Amino acid sequence: MYRIVKKKSLNPTVTLMKIEAPAVAKAAEPGQFIILRVDEEGERIPLTIADFDRDAGTVTIIFQIVGATTQKLNDKEEGEWICDFAGPLGTATHTEGLKKVAVVGGGVGCAIAYPVAKKLHNLGCEVHSIVGFRSKDLLILEDEFKAVSDEMLIMTDDGSYGEKGLVTDALKSLLDAGNKYDQVIVIGPLIMMKFVCKLTKEYGVKTIVSMNPIMIDGTGMCGGCRLTVGGEMKFACVDGPDFDGHLVDFDEAMARSSMYREFEQREREKTCHLFQKEAK
Amino acid sequence: MANMSPNKNPMPSQEPEVRSRNFKEVALGYTEEMALDEAQRCLNCKHKPCVSGCPVSIDIPAFIAEVAKKNFAGAYDVISKSSSLPAVCGRVCPQENQCEKNCVRGIKGEAVGIGRLERFVADWYNAQENVKKEKPVSNGHKVAVVGSGPSGLACAGELASKGYEVTVFEALHLAGGVLMYGIPEFRLPKSIVQKEIQGLKEMGVKIETNMVIGKVMSIDQLMEDGFEAVFVGTGAGLPRFMGIPGENLKGVYSANEFLTRVNLMKAYDKENAATPIHDAKHVAVVGGGNVAMDAARSALRMGAETVSIVYRRSENELPARAEEVEHAMEEGIKFEFLTNPLEIKGEDGWVSGMICQRMELSQPDASGRAKPVPLEGSEFELPVDCVIMSIGTSPNPLIKSTTKGLDTTKWGGIVVEEETGLTSREGVYAGGDAVTGAATVILAMGAGKQAAKAIDEALKK
Repeated sequence: MYRIVKKKSLNPTVTLMKIEAPAVAKAAEPGQFIILRVDEEGERIPLTIADFDRDAGTVTIIFQIVGATTQKLNDKEEGEWICDFAGPLGTATHTEGLKKVAVVGGGVGCAIAYPVAKKLHNLGCEVHSIVGFRSKDLLILEDEFKAVSDEMLIMTDDGSYGEKGLVTDALKSLLDAGNKYDQVIVIGPLIMMKFVCKLTKEYGVKTIVSMNPIMIDGTGMCGGCRLTVGGEMKFACVDGPDFDGHLVDFDEAMARSSMYREFEQREREKTCHLFQKEAK
Repeated sequence: MANMSPNKNPMPSQEPEVRSRNFKEVALGYTEEMALDEAQRCLNCKHKPCVSGCPVSIDIPAFIAEVAKKNFAGAYDVISKSSSLPAVCGRVCPQENQCEKNCVRGIKGEAVGIGRLERFVADWYNAQENVKKEKPVSNGHKVAVVGSGPSGLACAGELASKGYEVTVFEALHLAGGVLMYGIPEFRLPKSIVQKEIQGLKEMGVKIETNMVIGKVMSIDQLMEDGFEAVFVGTGAGLPRFMGIPGENLKGVYSANEFLTRVNLMKAYDKENAATPIHDAKHVAVVGGGNVAMDAARSALRMGAETVSIVYRRSENELPARAEEVEHAMEEGIKFEFLTNPLEIKGEDGWVSGMICQRMELSQPDASGRAKPVPLEGSEFELPVDCVIMSIGTSPNPLIKSTTKGLDTTKWGGIVVEEETGLTSREGVYAGGDAVTGAATVILAMGAGKQAAKAIDEALKK
């Protein structure tokens, strides 16, 4: 069992939790992920590591409440326990030798982009951060990003904060202003990553994406997380989750990620319904 | 006087039409009366040909003699000297290719039902109340076992019985490896696996779940932490696919994924399962091994209307255990022999059919196996909405990629000394599918046991 030592709501649908998992904290690196189960009957879900504290033995996860499992997880309070927490899994984001990088985060993907930006900053790399949200009330980690960025642009779909527009607009303006990046690192919804990659391909800038497909074991056993990268079959759990974005077949990844959409909707409604019953 | 009936006592089983719609165990096990009758068929041969066919060398005539004397506890003691998981092996061993293959009674009739008797004895033992295994006195030596599948558990059990302090590290949330995630409930009830693991815990074996060795800690770190030897039994790894168009459509699973969803994540409990599974009506399973049979029979029980095994060779070459094939056929699984998939067709991203080609067998090649060759112009479409690929696995890369100096073969299997399981790294041993590629539970157990002996000899010095 793994104790929740801190819980904080970042916005109405995104929650941060610090989980006591010393062994995972000791080995974790930015870009890696964990698999958790909330309770004995729960499903296994992958979540990317948002931060870790080796001394305190804690790992931070930030999750959006999208399905039954994240709903159940969000129902847990500080001091309570979750059943399973395994990791760190996958390979760490490569940060060696980078001098200037644009880190692009979309929505809850910013939670994963942040530790990468932080590590790059600590290594002395010039970091330009672009973060995008639907609107101001969904904004997360603004101060954290600012602290590790040499330049920072905030984009909202509705213009309620920062600039109105998409992260691709912001990235394009930075590229057009003559910024030469060693790499662009982009983490967010598949559709956003697809379009950032389309843009950077035109500019010839190497782009790394973090894929988050459906997984079960997360250790290279089930093959559910397979993707087509450069025409080859790759497994996100052991070969990734980071891949060269210019080689990823995003359309296939989007189709595969929708496989259980109906089931998830049903389960989520069931869980909500249960909570409402309990509340009465 | 021996029972000279040429036939084995048949195994009582659920009727095919009933069992094909439930996940309860198919074979129900011998009654005491049947076990006594079957035990009388053993001639107690002096040269014990059966024992030489057993990968863990159980003294088979000795345990059967105890059964015949109605001394079931004595029979269990004989088996457990050689096997740490008798209730499992009695169910999943391919006895027809091992002990029973060598049985003298098999020359003129059927072999003694050794597997069925082993199962009877283990189930009898597990049904007794207040049986607790004794924890041997510690010898102070610490050994780590990576992976809690058949090889790891066998290695741990053997070492624990000799007084070693054994810690088993398991990547998943439950111990048991393929016995939990792979082999389905109707063939090997999960409660039996957990009971066997409980026995190991009583003997002092520690099991740490959620520990992905190679990621959370390396083998080197385990040794720095005071483990004097490490046994790697990480099992089969990444599933193989055919490399044909359409394999990433929605509705295509590896057998590992399909079985993990159904077994470990309990998707068969549709009302309560948190893990989803595609509600398929017409399923094709590609492959002919035990895993393919398990996947096909699970798909049927999940509610599929038709399930077809698509295998490129003929019935004679099926690698699966005879009983599994027989059960699958009884349950109405269709067999498309001499058939090879060419392409999976899709509609709106979902599987809508599979284009296949008929094959014929050539003359046997140097390895003695006949090669399937395509019959030109024989293409046809199998109308399916789900395809399960069960064509094997390649070894898990996590240990190999994080352990310096660990030699592996071209295909990724860990290289070991055959007699001892010792790898190219001092103090590091390996066995099971991680070494051999996909094989059987009992071969993995044999390898685990062998490595345990070698570890014991090395650490005793």
